[in-house]
Amino acid sequence: MMPQFSYWDILRNLIYAGELTVMLSLIAFIGGGIVGMVLLLARVWRPQVFGSVFNIYVQLFQGTPLLMQLFLSYFGLRLFGIEVSVWVSAGLALTLYTSAFLAEIWRGCVASIPKGQWEAGASLALSFGEQMRYVVAPQAMRIAIPPTVGFLVQVIKGTALASVIGFAELTRAGNMIANVTYQPFTVFATVGLLYFCLCYPISLTARYLERKTNAVRR
Amino acid sequence: MPSAAEATAPHKRIVDINALRKSYGDNEVLKGIDLHVRPGEVVAIIGKSGSGKSTLLRCINGLEEFQDGGLVVDGKPLLYDNASAMRALRQSVGMIFQSFNLFPHLSVGRNIMLAPSLVKKRDKTAARVQAEALLERVGLEDKFDAMPEQLSGGQQQRVAIARALAMDPKVLLCDEITSALDPELVGEVLGVVEGLAKEGMTLLMVTHEMRFARKVSDRVVFMHQGRVHEMGPPAELFGNPQTAELRQFLSSLQE
Repeated sequence: MMPQFSYWDILRNLIYAGELTVMLSLIAFIGGGIVGMVLLLARVWRPQVFGSVFNIYVQLFQGTPLLMQLFLSYFGLRLFGIEVSVWVSAGLALTLYTSAFLAEIWRGCVASIPKGQWEAGASLALSFGEQMRYVVAPQAMRIAIPPTVGFLVQVIKGTALASVIGFAELTRAGNMIANVTYQPFTVFATVGLLYFCLCYPISLTARYLERKTNAVRR
Repeated sequence: MPSAAEATAPHKRIVDINALRKSYGDNEVLKGIDLHVRPGEVVAIIGKSGSGKSTLLRCINGLEEFQDGGLVVDGKPLLYDNASAMRALRQSVGMIFQSFNLFPHLSVGRNIMLAPSLVKKRDKTAARVQAEALLERVGLEDKFDAMPEQLSGGQQQRVAIARALAMDPKVLLCDEITSALDPELVGEVLGVVEGLAKEGMTLLMVTHEMRFARKVSDRVVFMHQGRVHEMGPPAELFGNPQTAELRQFLSSLQE
């Protein structure tokens, strides 16, 4: 006698796994945002000193597949005898990956602010930090919103790759549930819908913020 | 009668530039500049593009780094790797740019209030009162809440002057401040600068407005190929140029 699964059973379990996807995405956003910001500030503050480190870091994590980074942070750390949970491995890999992309996106936005803005700040005796915070960052932020949010949507979908190291997030949970329920179409359609429900509001927010910051300038 | 040497004795100099050299890679753009400016003096720097006049101006507040020589403003030597010395020096030196460089995300009033609030820790009310007074002085008292892009070029440049004055500078550097303006807007900006000169502000200005330089400045510096080629009171320099280069430069302007 096969167990019967109602749609509610499927949905309930997928929503639970969706929560893990959200948690993992948050770790990637926050960790990647902080690391990316530190990288960016170091790079803009002392280009001669940190420029090449910045470039190598960005090229390394942009130029290798996220899948490899996940494998390496999971199995690689184990090779050195460091036992880490899938949370730590996935969180670490996603943080590094996200930080590289965000740092590069933001660097471009900062670079697009005319040099005269920095010079005007400097000639008014503002420190580097004050020039950044009060003059350049507010202008760069407006430009940065669409590409940043666009990339965050990519990260949410990218967390699906954490399933390869056994992290039971939305995609892996969908796989497992499809295997026991024999309802792959229903299950994966629901998985897709849940991803959409996560990503679409973020895109809407981005559009709203873009309009709002534009309105301030007009 | 005080001699010229006495008038520029070190203790009476507000800007003191000695044997200043600057190069970009192998290209030396300033080849040993000596320039001493008295408080209240108005100095116009003229010369062809590429003569190093803007670079010299930008050295005075540390926007350009020079390799050799010394620069002292109001008793404060320029030290690149000392952030607090740099901050102190820049508070004595205001700068106005060709392209205005107003902060586009801030209103006119907040453009003016930003630096005094941050650097001089002026409280909000005092900064606002000062900003309003400065706007009145440049004839823009009704523009406090306007955004920079709503203003004409001439108005933006006058806001930039007010913004620089808000730091109570001892010296004001003007880097071709009317070159980006439509001809009919030049007068309103030069009018403000002339007013400052009359009030005793020390001014160093790179300019292509020869009539203005002649009328307002106490001394004209002609730069050529990275050197001070000729220097003197405007009547003398324009009326009786001593070198072929200056004669050629002046005649090229009349065409």
